[in-house]
Amino acid sequence: MKLEIEDRDGARLVAVKEDRIDAAVAIRFKDSMAEAAMDAPSRVILDLSQVAFLDSSGLGAVVATMKLLGSERKLELAGLTPTVEKVFRLTRMDSIFTIYPTPDDALESPRYIS
Amino acid sequence: MSIPKHPPSAQHHHAIFPATTDDVRVSLDQVFRWLEPLALPAEDAGTIELVLAEVLNNIVEHAYRHRADGKIDLTIFHKAGGLDFRVRDEGCAMPDGQLPQGKRMSLDLDLNSLPEGGFGWFLIRDLAQNVTYCREDAKNCLSFRIPVGSAALPSDQPAES
Repeated sequence: MKLEIEDRDGARLVAVKEDRIDAAVAIRFKDSMAEAAMDAPSRVILDLSQVAFLDSSGLGAVVATMKLLGSERKLELAGLTPTVEKVFRLTRMDSIFTIYPTPDDALESPRYIS
Repeated sequence: MSIPKHPPSAQHHHAIFPATTDDVRVSLDQVFRWLEPLALPAEDAGTIELVLAEVLNNIVEHAYRHRADGKIDLTIFHKAGGLDFRVRDEGCAMPDGQLPQGKRMSLDLDLNSLPEGGFGWFLIRDLAQNVTYCREDAKNCLSFRIPVGSAALPSDQPAES
């Protein structure tokens, strides 16, 4: 599970360099994200712009990552492609995560859910 | 002008493959190669991929949870306005002999209690129609339909090799 990690402007950007987060790799994704989350600052931005497909296993793994970060840190999402966006929208999980068009948008114009 | 169709030999797709998550990915690739002549709108292709991935991975993870050597039998018929799917496996029966309800879960919970699973059946029921389950001769049989946009096929479609 290839992740590219960069700490910038007080946030940790984690870019997923795979095109699918599905049942075949969900556990590997969770494990890789757990490592990426270690000592992460309070904002972790997950860049999914290379991910063309994510199913319910992938969604579950993203939720698990959010819980792992704990209530003091925020997991935000950026670059949702159409099918990925559809999964978050249909399940209403798009109301749980702050979602940005790109990681730069996340860094330049942070939003806070009340 | 008559509406072009898949040539008769290609009006259905049938595959039997091992029940592993990697083989499910391969099977999805095969399905989309078969679907290519239909030139489906991206939205429909996304729906099909999502529903099929959920259904097939459920069989791998639940129906065959006690077995490593199970097989999945998938048939897809191209009918007017949609695709009809039939999926059979020889794994465990559905709990209570019925499909999960797949209700949308309330997310009105504190973050630590948010569900990590159970979204699959909700997506299947939301995106597919006529989702039906039966069990016969120790086999599970799931059928469903996904309507697709009416994209006209090119009239000089080469025959499938």
